[in-house]
Formats: sequence, structure tokens, C-alpha cells
Amino acid sequence: MGLEEQLGNNVLTTTLERMVNWARKSSIWPVTFGLACCAIEMMATAAPKFDIARFGAEVFRASPRQADLMIVAGRVSRKMAPVLRQIYDQMSEPKWVISMGACATSSGVYSNYALVHGVDQIVPVDIYIPGCPPRPEQVIQAIMELQKKIERNPLNPRQADV
Amino acid sequence: MAELTPESLKTLFPEAVISARVFRGELTAVVQRERLLDVAKALRDHPDWRFNFLSDLTAVDHMPRRPRFDVVYHLCSVPSGCRLRLKVQIDEDTVVPSVTDVWPGANWYEREVFDLFGIRFEGHPNLTRILLPDDFEGHPLRRDHPVGKSKIPF
Repeated sequence: MGLEEQLGNNVLTTTLERMVNWARKSSIWPVTFGLACCAIEMMATAAPKFDIARFGAEVFRASPRQADLMIVAGRVSRKMAPVLRQIYDQMSEPKWVISMGACATSSGVYSNYALVHGVDQIVPVDIYIPGCPPRPEQVIQAIMELQKKIERNPLNPRQADV
Repeated sequence: MAELTPESLKTLFPEAVISARVFRGELTAVVQRERLLDVAKALRDHPDWRFNFLSDLTAVDHMPRRPRFDVVYHLCSVPSGCRLRLKVQIDEDTVVPSVTDVWPGANWYEREVFDLFGIRFEGHPNLTRILLPDDFEGHPLRRDHPVGKSKIPF
């Protein structure tokens, strides 16, 4: 096709946007942040049996500054809510949030006065995973869906509004 | 050794113990609020029983019963192995004497009961919320506390 033919077989052309998004989606680093029993499934997802390294998302960072993804794994208590928001604010852009399980999404079976009823009241959520707790396969699918979403991410957000 | 029975309690505290009974092997005594501290100290220092351990302190909301709340004290004697339950019956606006001077371990228990039931303890060194956020409105284990969604924290 046109230019690529003239450049030979060693060169591919693409848009900068697609290349940046490809790089971003191929190394989604989650922040180490588990709140309850869902975190056990999240750890299992990272462990060898399920191995999210296959999707480039295995590097759980202890520092939110180095992370792109927050997996809210568990119920969010009202006392934890400001902490969660602060960790989210400390993550560098671009960043994404997965609400894992019924509790993070709607407080689930722990629906009571001590909890925040849905983490989307505090941070913007990209993907919701149902389940109590979700299986690691579901977490993997959420990461794959997130990768599809990142692929469609406009490089210049202002351009997308036009 | 003096036997721990409803009768022996009533004999020992004829005015303070309103009622005492055994249910399924557990002895429960309802105590007058004004005499609670005397009874607590006497039980702790009793030569035979020596209730030196307050294993639990909690409350029960019996709304619409009057008086509304039971404050429940579970006593345990480490030396003799005896156990005893004391209850004090109060209303919303009644203050209960704090037993922190008798059993220092009552400190956090009483803060928890204050936090969740709004029961105030007179003489407590630091009666503030212990579990819920400081700006929490209401006392959620009261039966008239709304069970619906709570407000967003910020």
C-alpha cells in the first residue's frame, strides 16, 4: 500500500495515536490496592495459574505514581474513601479504574451504614466486574475489555469532542 | 466458697439487684443504675468470686420498650472461672456510670457503645467515637436509625 511498498518490508506505518494506545494497553500496571476478599482473587489473577503477565498487567506497583490502573477489590468503607481518593489522585495520567465485585460496585452483601454504596461516587469507574467475588477469568476479561477501551482512547482528548 | 446463685446475689445486694435469674446455666442480674458502681466493685473484690475480668460490654435496643436500652456487662472471674451477666436498663436521656475505674478495659467498650447506640457514660475519660468517622450523623445500631443509603462522604 503506497508508502509502505516504497519503504520495503521492514517498515510499517500507523498513526501516532494507535501506536501510543498500543503501548499503553500492553502494559497496564495496576496499583497494589486490595480492600477485602476480592483482593485474594486479584492476587490469584496475578499468580502463575492465571498469569495476567500475558496481558502486560502483572506489575503491581506499590507506588500509585507508577501505576495506570486501580482495581478496587473489595468493600469501600466510609473511612477508607478519602484514602482511596487520595491514592487515585496520586496516580499519573492516563489512569483507569476497575470496580471489582459486588461490594465495590454497590456495597453488595455488606450494604450498611459503614460503607460507601458504590465506588463510582468517589472515582470514575471504567469497567465493573460482577460477582462475589469474581473469578480470576472475569478479572482477565475486564482487563481485556479495558484494553479495547484504551485502543479507542483519543490521543488528544479535546479532539474527541469535535 | 460462697455459691453464685440468684439468691446469693439478692442477699448480697438486696437493694441494688432488681432481679436475677438463671437461663440455660447462665446467671443474669438486672442492677439499679445508681448502684452499678458499688455492685461492680464489690463483685470484683469479692473474696470468693473475684470478677477481675470484664469480658464484654455492649448494649441492646429494645425499642419500643420502656426503658429502651439494656447495657450489658459480661463478667468473668479468672481465678474461680465463674461468669456473670449484669444488665442496666436505661432510656435515651439517661447517663450510665462508667466502669472504667473498676475495669480499665471498659474504656473502648464504652466508646463503642456510645458510638453505635449514643449511650453516654458518666466519668469516662474520653467518650468519643471509636469506629465510625467523626462526622457521622446518628447512632446506627439504634433501631430507629434509617437503613437506607448513607450520604456520600465528600
